[in-house]
Amino acid sequence: MTELRHRGPGEDDVLKQQQQQQQQESEVRTDGEAPSDSEIKPDPGVPSTVDDTPEVLNKALSGMSSRWKNWWVRGILTLAMISFFFIIIYLGPMVLMMIVLCVQIKCFHEIIMIGYSVYHSYHLPWFRTLSWYFLLCVNYFFYGETVTDYFSALVQREEPLRILSKYHRFISFTLYLTGFCMFVLSLVKKHYRLQFYMFGWTHVTLLIVVTQSHLIIHNLFEGMIWFIVPISCVICNDIMAYMFGFFFGRTPLIKLSPKKTWEGFIGGFFATVVFGLLLSYVMAGWRYFVCPVEFNNDSNRFEVDCEPSDLFQLQDYTLPSVLQSLIGWETVRIYPFQIHSVALSAFASLIGPFGGFFASGFKRAFKIKDFANTIPGHGGIMDRFDCQYLMATFVNVYIGSFIRGPNPSRVMQQLLALRLDQQLHIFNTLRAHLIDKGLLSANQEATAA
Amino acid sequence: QDTDGDDRFGLGGEGDRDSKPDTDTPEVQPSVDNTPKCLNKALAGMSSRWKNWWIRGILTLTMISGFFLIIYMGPLPLMLMVHLAIQIKCFQEIITIGYRVYHSYELPWFRTLSWYFLLCVNYFFYGETVAENFGNLVQRDEPLQFLVRYHRFISFALYLSGFCMFVLSLVKKHYRLQFYMFAWTHVTLLIVVSQSHLVIQNLFEGLIWFIVPISTVICNDITAYICGFFFGRTPLIKLSPKKTWEGFIGGFFSTVLFGFIFAYLLAQYNYFVCPVEYSESNSFLIDCEPSDLFVLQDYTLPSVLQTVLRWKTVKLYPFQIHSIALSSFASLIGPFGGFFASGFKRAFKIKDFADTIPGHGGIMDRFDCQYLVATFVHVYLTSFIRGPNPSKVLQQVLVLQPEQQLSIFNTLKSHLTETGMIPPAIRGP
Repeated sequence: MTELRHRGPGEDDVLKQQQQQQQQESEVRTDGEAPSDSEIKPDPGVPSTVDDTPEVLNKALSGMSSRWKNWWVRGILTLAMISFFFIIIYLGPMVLMMIVLCVQIKCFHEIIMIGYSVYHSYHLPWFRTLSWYFLLCVNYFFYGETVTDYFSALVQREEPLRILSKYHRFISFTLYLTGFCMFVLSLVKKHYRLQFYMFGWTHVTLLIVVTQSHLIIHNLFEGMIWFIVPISCVICNDIMAYMFGFFFGRTPLIKLSPKKTWEGFIGGFFATVVFGLLLSYVMAGWRYFVCPVEFNNDSNRFEVDCEPSDLFQLQDYTLPSVLQSLIGWETVRIYPFQIHSVALSAFASLIGPFGGFFASGFKRAFKIKDFANTIPGHGGIMDRFDCQYLMATFVNVYIGSFIRGPNPSRVMQQLLALRLDQQLHIFNTLRAHLIDKGLLSANQEATAA
Repeated sequence: QDTDGDDRFGLGGEGDRDSKPDTDTPEVQPSVDNTPKCLNKALAGMSSRWKNWWIRGILTLTMISGFFLIIYMGPLPLMLMVHLAIQIKCFQEIITIGYRVYHSYELPWFRTLSWYFLLCVNYFFYGETVAENFGNLVQRDEPLQFLVRYHRFISFALYLSGFCMFVLSLVKKHYRLQFYMFAWTHVTLLIVVSQSHLVIQNLFEGLIWFIVPISTVICNDITAYICGFFFGRTPLIKLSPKKTWEGFIGGFFSTVLFGFIFAYLLAQYNYFVCPVEYSESNSFLIDCEPSDLFVLQDYTLPSVLQTVLRWKTVKLYPFQIHSIALSSFASLIGPFGGFFASGFKRAFKIKDFADTIPGHGGIMDRFDCQYLVATFVHVYLTSFIRGPNPSKVLQQVLVLQPEQQLSIFNTLKSHLTETGMIPPAIRGP
């Protein structure tokens, strides 16, 4: 993984570099001068801006001016990240889940580090342990719910897993409560407010980062296309808006991000919608992307094989007369999914950027340039993923409301857990309801008790 | 100089800067004596300390009787209204503290946005409650069905509008302040609103699951105070210097005993024991065949107790055994919620959350221990007591898309046929 391989010098080295920097700076600064707001005071113990560009790239680009060099570094890293994205898609759902987990942990780490540097709380007793502990608890809770939902047959077979899943909420709550009590017991006399701030900071970060990474995994299980198309649309929008802004940009969009322009915004919107249509057309033809990911109990592996649903079968649509006269075709064969992709692309280009503005506002509020320095030329992982988060939630809500409805398998599980006479009662009520609605003909069920 | 808790740019709290009332936050008044005039007159003769004690005592009795009166009179809508009012007041108290801490009372848009987010989250949770428990009503009304089916999408759209409004409202010099208030609002919503909805879920399970936990927490508060008053010597925790180990342990034993007896009293009445259902005739129905949990059973005592009490068996409700678990939690872990609130008050240098209740402080001061207990009871219910509720499962099935209903129907039919509940049907085409 590009980002992880190029993490650069370890934390200890960074600390040393950092202290050297600080020494130099304090020599330059005259005594008694309070740090002004425009100066970012380096914090002992927190790694600060370090140039992470690998040696290889540095040598190759050493000839160019600084501005072009920056542009090239960004471009190469963009290509590297995109190719990495395609490689892990090829490797399959299991690897994807692992990567999502790694990204989540890195994002959490980045935001928590910012919190430490803002509040000088790096050496606060217990707090680092507690933050990671809470991350573990919340992840345990969410992964447990996912496992119970999607791996139900596996869970039923193994006895320890069954107990874990039956009392899952209780176990998760107990774990969380232990963390909560540890926090209360760790409150130290002079540091109350600091500790409460870090507690709040941790919880808001968990809310943003962890819940949405789990929504991404839910989308993934629905079908890889629901994972790939939204992420690609956001990436495409980023790139297209940048290009349009570069060539045509004149009117600024919002004070928060002075580099964004209306031309980039609108151009990016149209380009992304077109891109989304094309990409969904290409992907909807492959079962690998379209089928829900299922866990095969017999072979103990993930399987992506099924009969594609109606959404992914070519259908004829008659064009409205306006378009007919324009293009000269009467009907067009497209996948119904492509129509949904228009909604997804529209969201990615119109509302997705608000996630970016939120992150920009956050960076300005805390006077940091980037979330971290993991990716040379781009900043931290959070910098790349800030627009994705709203998108993941939107896709999940969209699937739940318009495509799938409430999860029928969970309802089925609950049904099967009831007593038999209760099941019979429900069966009869349901039958009456379905006959009422005309979905069942009455003579089919003549012999039901 | 107390700069702890200020972020590196100097923003973060009151610090030692103001011990006087702020002139730029006119609406928030420091401790105002809210005691009604009549009480003041009646207690005019006593010394200040006894007067305080009497006010606390009288208000305690008033609150407890108010609690029981509402339950007794309870058409449920009244209870829900009161519950909603308490939730809104708690939210308001915490948000007001946030405004004072950050001097952000005049920040543009922010008051509107906080209340808007409260509305969104409440809409989301109430909608889920309606979808689960009021299936009958939903089936009948076409607009309600639409709202329920697309409920998550509508809630998300509402929340997103609030989010976008927040981003658009970021003002150049106030970024950090606005982010702080944003986070403050969200953490408050997380604590206050989600747990108040767990309380409502517990209530729908049966009034006893609502009354017994709340009563045990109140009892623990009072008995720990009394035990501490008479026997207290060793301090419990630095956060709350008035708490003592004797009070803690004495409170634990008395609360378990109280819970045990109280559960016995309540478990006899259908009104408390049955799940709340919404019937066809537009009203709440609390009538059922009490489940096994609330039917007297014989338990043989362990031999130790047999020799002590000279009874062989004792008739108990199984629920009383669960009540021991609930009371233990309320007295052992519930106080941590109180310590958390004490730490919070010390961190932000406030004496009470607000001054709504004379002698006690704000509503949050009374409810701080309740929150952990509400979540615990809910988790306990879903893990140990309640299998899936058949009527709820039916509601969920009826909300599904027709094709999914059909597939569930077929799966259920084959399952029932296999287990012999229905004779094998002659399957039509």
